[in-house]
Amino acid sequence: MNLGHLDLNTVWFVLVGALFTGYVMLDGFDLGIGTLHLFTKDDAERRTLLNAIGPVWDGNEVWLITGGGALFAAFPNVYATVFSGFYLAFILLLMALIFRAVSIEFRGKQPMRWWRQTWDIGFSAGSLVASLLIGVALGNIAWGIPIDERGEFAGTFPGLLKPYPLLLGVTTVALFMMHGAIYGALKTEGVLHDKLRRWAMRSILIFVICAATTTVATLFYVPHMTERVHANPWLFTIVLANMLAIANIPREFHHGRDWRAFLSSCAAMITLMALFGLNMYPNLVYSLPNPENSLTIYNAASSPKTLGIMLIIACIGMPLVIAYTVSIYWIFRGKVKLDRTSY
Amino acid sequence: MASSRTRVQHSGAADSAVIERVPIRTLTPAFQNVIKNPVMDVLMLSRIQFGATIAFHYIYPPLSIGLAVLLVIMEAAWLKTKNPVYHQMARFWTKVFALTFAIGVATGIVMEFEFGTNWATYSRFVGDVFGSALAAEGIFAFFLESGFLAVLMFGWDRVSRKMHFFATCMVCLGAHLSAVWIIVANSWMQTPAGYHIVGQGMHARAEITDFWQVVFNPSSMDRLFHTLCGAWQAGAFLVIGVGAWYVLKNKFTDFARASLRIGLIVALIASLLQLHSGDSSARGVAKNQPAKLAAFEGLYNTTSNAPLTLVGWVDEKNEKVIGLQWPGLLSWLVAHDTHATVTGLDAFPPTDRPPVEASFLFFHGMAAIGFALIGIAALGCFYLWRNVLFQKRWMLWILVFSALGPQIGNQLGWFAAEVGRQPWIVYGLLRTPEGLSAVVKANVVLTSLILFTVIYFLLFTVFIYLLNDKIRHGPDEADLTPAGKLALPTRPNT
Repeated sequence: MNLGHLDLNTVWFVLVGALFTGYVMLDGFDLGIGTLHLFTKDDAERRTLLNAIGPVWDGNEVWLITGGGALFAAFPNVYATVFSGFYLAFILLLMALIFRAVSIEFRGKQPMRWWRQTWDIGFSAGSLVASLLIGVALGNIAWGIPIDERGEFAGTFPGLLKPYPLLLGVTTVALFMMHGAIYGALKTEGVLHDKLRRWAMRSILIFVICAATTTVATLFYVPHMTERVHANPWLFTIVLANMLAIANIPREFHHGRDWRAFLSSCAAMITLMALFGLNMYPNLVYSLPNPENSLTIYNAASSPKTLGIMLIIACIGMPLVIAYTVSIYWIFRGKVKLDRTSY
Repeated sequence: MASSRTRVQHSGAADSAVIERVPIRTLTPAFQNVIKNPVMDVLMLSRIQFGATIAFHYIYPPLSIGLAVLLVIMEAAWLKTKNPVYHQMARFWTKVFALTFAIGVATGIVMEFEFGTNWATYSRFVGDVFGSALAAEGIFAFFLESGFLAVLMFGWDRVSRKMHFFATCMVCLGAHLSAVWIIVANSWMQTPAGYHIVGQGMHARAEITDFWQVVFNPSSMDRLFHTLCGAWQAGAFLVIGVGAWYVLKNKFTDFARASLRIGLIVALIASLLQLHSGDSSARGVAKNQPAKLAAFEGLYNTTSNAPLTLVGWVDEKNEKVIGLQWPGLLSWLVAHDTHATVTGLDAFPPTDRPPVEASFLFFHGMAAIGFALIGIAALGCFYLWRNVLFQKRWMLWILVFSALGPQIGNQLGWFAAEVGRQPWIVYGLLRTPEGLSAVVKANVVLTSLILFTVIYFLLFTVFIYLLNDKIRHGPDEADLTPAGKLALPTRPNT
């Protein structure tokens, strides 16, 4: 296997990857619920959806904040190049995340129809735009962006809107919608539950079409993103696991096992992120057309001393984080019941 | 902010002089561009944007920290006395807390992104040190806070009273830990320690040599305590203000009186601690950042028996302070000796001096508010002790408006701290213009600045509208008879 020796830089590549995987797996369903929010017109149903993510969306977003902080600490050059290079895209992402967050809090505070309608749109549009931009950003990282010899971004904002990254953006939206609908089905009952199952089946279909297109496009146009799997055929098991996980979702639904359908969806996301990471490694940002300017886990990293300190912080902190996350999901397990503390 | 304007508009000559003295880094085209276009350049726009977004953000976290402390006290009082009015208070303030927390989170992500978007060169320079503190904040503080916030907000009927109290304590702890890490990061920019510089020119960067020296850098503990006192004041005076308003309007009397009692005691303790902390911080500034202290006091000439200005302003042109001064007091405050020598701005070349007028006004404004808050809290506690507070309508009106005091004080203090650090972004190591992103153009920053301004204006309007609505609506009567898991053998209100 061509993964090099397991050094601190690689460990941090994996840890940052794990934080972002945690983010897409957890906040992915929040964003998906948000994207689906306007599909129901009924206030009680909208409230149920909001309260399905109510106690957890905030903690889920912390995975992004911590992932960003870890990227800043472990690979400051990547943080600096990508954030300044994708300036407008990231400002738009921030706006989307702001609107999503405050809409959840504001919506239930007043009974007026126009008030709720406004924040419903803010919540839904914010979620949709955030999902799309996260996908487009990942797409650009995969496709490669122009980087000069100083390690600075040398492209333009319109240059980031190439077909491949946009395709990945749409795929991400579909993936999050699928994930969100499955999570929603898990947390609801009755009419809304059946509705969410229908949405989940439709979004699986859309996602599979998008994912197939992306796979073909990657094979044809982004050869460096398939090299490692080419060179190590046993890695194809991950591709296989991914396909099986997705295929398993309708099967579990058919047997009425929503919980297992959700786990399958999580597995699909983890395998996708694993494939992304494996094919990127050791690059963090691929430079096109000058691959020698790529930002790697070595030329973009902090000092070994800092990576070591951060590893100690992570070893102390991550078990705590997982403990909080598990207990919060446990306390708020089961179907959503609206009460007066609800949104 | 105002200060950045005065600094940047100094025309190209002054700024190029600044740049020529760069100790470590060399000029890149972006910085040369800064010198050529001195008016609405990318430097000025980036500074305004960062200043505006941090100032807006900084309305909310101090409120969250302060309210979290009060929520812990209210819930503890409820558990101890079983008086349901404390339950009612906790329920009411939880909703206000949730509102401030949501906006705090939404505007806080902006801050984490902005280091990279607008200050990429700074991020490369400090990432090894500064990034670690941000990551630690995420891992140790935000997860704790956001996780248990769910229980605090939605868990009233799901967990036992003691578990709920535990969750409230954890939210409070998380809020304080986030202050710890972000103040450590910011203090490292004020008084860098535990690092060495590696590399040359554009590749120079600070790397950690001693993590604990970074954490306990010379100013971090003083500044942390100062910030936390300000946050406790923000929470306590808001509770006081709302309580006083209800007493004046003769509404929710039990709730209002209990709020005033708890609020005034916390406010008095926090304000007195703030006095001690302010004194200690100022002596730290005198020792570690003498140019900043000289700017705070408008002290141009190094002198013994240095005066403290009680009221006044700085005449920057003639390099003197006009106003009421107390001779020797500054020397005494800095060294506890009226004959001690205090370093003036003359010890620093003009290019290394912070904007004097702005630093002076921010600092004195903050100090004046600090003393006023001590007076208000002390008088309020005195009247409370004599049992006449609820009859003194003029005092209650002062208490209503005192809710704004810590907010203004916190903002001015923050401005003073950051403007006083200029012209450095990392004190003595990296100048502010050198920290800019190399690839970000002025028109792009202008676009984002306009977007932030519009959206933050909207957010603020909605926040004030909802807060006002919540206060007018008042606490819920139903909370006086807790049901479900919260039901307790209650006793009549006292």
